[in-house]
Amino acid sequence: MAELWQSDLWELSEGLEKREFSSKELTQMFLERIAHQEHLGCYLSVFEEKAIEQAEKADARRAAGDEVTKLTGVPLAIKDIITLNYGTTTCGSRFLEDYRSPFTATAAQRLLKAGTVILGKTNLDEFGMGSSNENSAFGPVKNPWDTSRVAGGSSGGSAAAVAARLCPAALGTDTGGSIRQPSAFCNVTGLKPSYGRVSRYGLVAFASSLDQIGPMGKNARDCALISECIFGRDIRDSTSAPNEVPLFSSLLERDIKGLRIGVPKEYFREELSSEIASAIHKGLGELEKLGAEIKEVSLPHTDFATAAYYVIVPAEASSNLSRFDGIRYGKRADAQDLISLYAKSRSEGFGPEVKRRILIGTFVLSAGYYDAYYVKAQRARALIARDFEEAFSEKVDVIAAPTTPTTPFLLGEKTHDPISMYLNDIFTVPVNLAGLPSLSLPCGQNSSGLPIGFQLIGRAFDELTLFQVADAFQKTTDWHLRTPETKTHSKD
Amino acid sequence: MDYESVIGLEVHVQLSTESKIFSGASSHVTDKPNEHVDPVTFGLPGTLPVLNEKVVEFALRLGLALNCDIRRFNRFARKHYFYPDLPKGYQISQYEEPICGHGRLQFRDGEVTRTVGITRIHMEEDAGKSVHSAERQCSLLDLNRAGVPLLEVVSEPDIRSAREAAAYLRALRQLVRYLELSDGNMEEGSLRCDANVSLRPKGEMKFGTRTEIKNLNSFRFVERAIEYEVARQVAILKSGEPIVQETRLFDSESGTTRSMRSKEESADYRYFPDPDLPPLQIEESWINAVRAKLPTLPQEIFQSLIDDYGLSEYDAAVISAEHEYVRFFLEAQEVCKNPKATCNWITSEIFGALKQHGEQFSELRFSPLQLGQLIALIDQDVISGKIAKTVFEELYASGGSPNEIIERRGLKQITDDSAIREMVKEALRSNPEQVAQFREGNAKLLGFFVGQVMKLSKGSANPKLVNDILLEELKS
Repeated sequence: MAELWQSDLWELSEGLEKREFSSKELTQMFLERIAHQEHLGCYLSVFEEKAIEQAEKADARRAAGDEVTKLTGVPLAIKDIITLNYGTTTCGSRFLEDYRSPFTATAAQRLLKAGTVILGKTNLDEFGMGSSNENSAFGPVKNPWDTSRVAGGSSGGSAAAVAARLCPAALGTDTGGSIRQPSAFCNVTGLKPSYGRVSRYGLVAFASSLDQIGPMGKNARDCALISECIFGRDIRDSTSAPNEVPLFSSLLERDIKGLRIGVPKEYFREELSSEIASAIHKGLGELEKLGAEIKEVSLPHTDFATAAYYVIVPAEASSNLSRFDGIRYGKRADAQDLISLYAKSRSEGFGPEVKRRILIGTFVLSAGYYDAYYVKAQRARALIARDFEEAFSEKVDVIAAPTTPTTPFLLGEKTHDPISMYLNDIFTVPVNLAGLPSLSLPCGQNSSGLPIGFQLIGRAFDELTLFQVADAFQKTTDWHLRTPETKTHSKD
Repeated sequence: MDYESVIGLEVHVQLSTESKIFSGASSHVTDKPNEHVDPVTFGLPGTLPVLNEKVVEFALRLGLALNCDIRRFNRFARKHYFYPDLPKGYQISQYEEPICGHGRLQFRDGEVTRTVGITRIHMEEDAGKSVHSAERQCSLLDLNRAGVPLLEVVSEPDIRSAREAAAYLRALRQLVRYLELSDGNMEEGSLRCDANVSLRPKGEMKFGTRTEIKNLNSFRFVERAIEYEVARQVAILKSGEPIVQETRLFDSESGTTRSMRSKEESADYRYFPDPDLPPLQIEESWINAVRAKLPTLPQEIFQSLIDDYGLSEYDAAVISAEHEYVRFFLEAQEVCKNPKATCNWITSEIFGALKQHGEQFSELRFSPLQLGQLIALIDQDVISGKIAKTVFEELYASGGSPNEIIERRGLKQITDDSAIREMVKEALRSNPEQVAQFREGNAKLLGFFVGQVMKLSKGSANPKLVNDILLEELKS
């Protein structure tokens, strides 16, 4: 069992297949590691019994010679905004502290059907609103690389859990960078799939036109394995796409010679830390060595992305969160009349960032402001999508860019400055607005040893090329293999 | 000054689809609270709406029947307000892009044919029901109705009187029943009506300030509420005061309307396109398929009953009121080829019996074919009209073949000359005094003899033959 937590899904799968260890042993090992690392705040709930039960079932399935998949018996973690029909689904919110869903999200259901073991539900910014995990009602996640720093958000729990090896891989969700930014901050590989790739049924809606569930793991090939399980049309989600899902895991080996990689000049701006810029350039150099052709491209409307995003997202969020009224489930405050029941339940149940977005969203949808804000933001969104389409239509196959402008900041550093917090998403939000797939992968460390990530952006529904490029990159680099533990060891 | 009333109606039609508009939960009516709810109906976190295509088909049917333009690119919008019986905090509706527009409804208001423009028809979901219990000091929620599909039909302000408004509404009800979209029951809320009422000086083109009247749950209330509102507005205008734009509630107890909220107090619904539902593209082929399956519409049937079947306007209106009457009429008269008699049997015997037994037309235990046979038997002199009523009684009670009933019960008319002559002779033999009186000139006694013969024949002698033979025998 030594160092098994360092293995990726493929290795674990092979070990299980060869009966080198059982799913139960593997699961117990991760449950023990989780118990020892509670201070990181990665998990909001851990399913000690249920996970063992699932592991035993997976072992029995294998022993009986029943059909198994590469994921049978493999433990994973799930962001606590995705429903399971057991345990709680808190969304990181006081409002849903004790909420138990009667149904399981489609993505989780597909994993369970494949025989995975769900270790627990990971911490997040309340309803996915945040970039540092400090907006969780249940305390922030600490970055395993430096516990005085944030793990990123909103899928901070999933990213930190993978980084601290408290699970081999996890599901996150990404509305404006919530998979990629914490992946970059924690030296993890994470994919935001094309909009429509993964069913949102059972994903508690934050901004419906942007939300996507995606995998976060040690490397691209692990993300590919999870993707081929959770991707695909679901009749319960009308926005899920009917597009064919390639068998990613068998298509990874690819010579990227001649592949054209575009670098958007607008992303190399003054907010970008010079250490990140140089790590990206080194990464691009690696890809060039592999035969890729690096070209400059322009995405001229990038500057409007954050502004458009922070109109559309609060608008949808204010609407989606209307259902949390204290009447049927969730927090209900003591009150004497209906209006105060609403006001008190929502005031007590929601944190400050959620309230801020509800207020902004309510405002931009109001009569007299709708055209000036919401309609205009949608126009900007269309222009941003067109920028990408043009870049992809003639010039390039993939776009490479930094994931974040900075490395992980200190806990508390930006909590009083929402604008500077929002600007941390500057490189990730355009992708969500355009509905494209994007994968963030480790590409270096800054002078203090903090991880740096860069993202590969693909054509709509072309996750395959992203996996292929990332896999090729990870075959010749070892950034993704570095862990906070190895860093600690080297210091000793 | 003389004023003209300007009236437009907003009608909500509750559709009789199997399942709800955005979930698989049943949309049937049930007495058991919260029986037809699922996670989507309940608005649980993580649930998503999936459009029931049947609702679109129903909207197309109504839109085409009302000569509307069909919008090819449809979007659903969220309409926000907080109320406990609205589970998501918003209602999914259509706002700027309704599925149908620019239509018209032609109907009869008494002797006149009127046409009222249809501004739009859109699809939306219903809310649940709040039940306020004084006894238990609380409010209870029943979400059975939440998510049941509705079509909102908005008319142009083309209506000019309360009576015409009721006639329009009746015609719309008739249409949705013909199209089998809804039972159109106003008392039970499957047809709900709000009226927009304003006045303007006769001859003026510009509209006056309007009020919206809610809570009109019967045809009578629609008429009374509008009458009251028009009178109220006339009085205000005559006193030189302005009309306040507001929503008013009709109180059926007092027959008056009272202010509910002014325009300033009206909610900002913050409509925006629902991101959970992709735009709905309606293909030409779908529209054509729905059009091909449309039944003949009430106005055409009304005209055809007059022109092709020779019914009076009155009878045509009665038969065409419901599609089931029309179907019954057409099938029955196909058998007997006697449309007038068929109409009479339906409107007097059938309606009378239904009323007497408190039953519905749909509960009839016999078929139009059987009614047609019964009428044919009268026309062929197999039975008399009187016997036919006896046969009908059994038909009504338990159905069956008229021929079989007549055979079994020996009701067949006696048309055999010699058999009737025997009975006539016996009747005359038994009543020598009356025979003498007749022969002395008391012609009225003929009826008496007919009665006696009929009695002897147990009602089955052909009355005309009885008459003829009686006269022969009495004269001899």
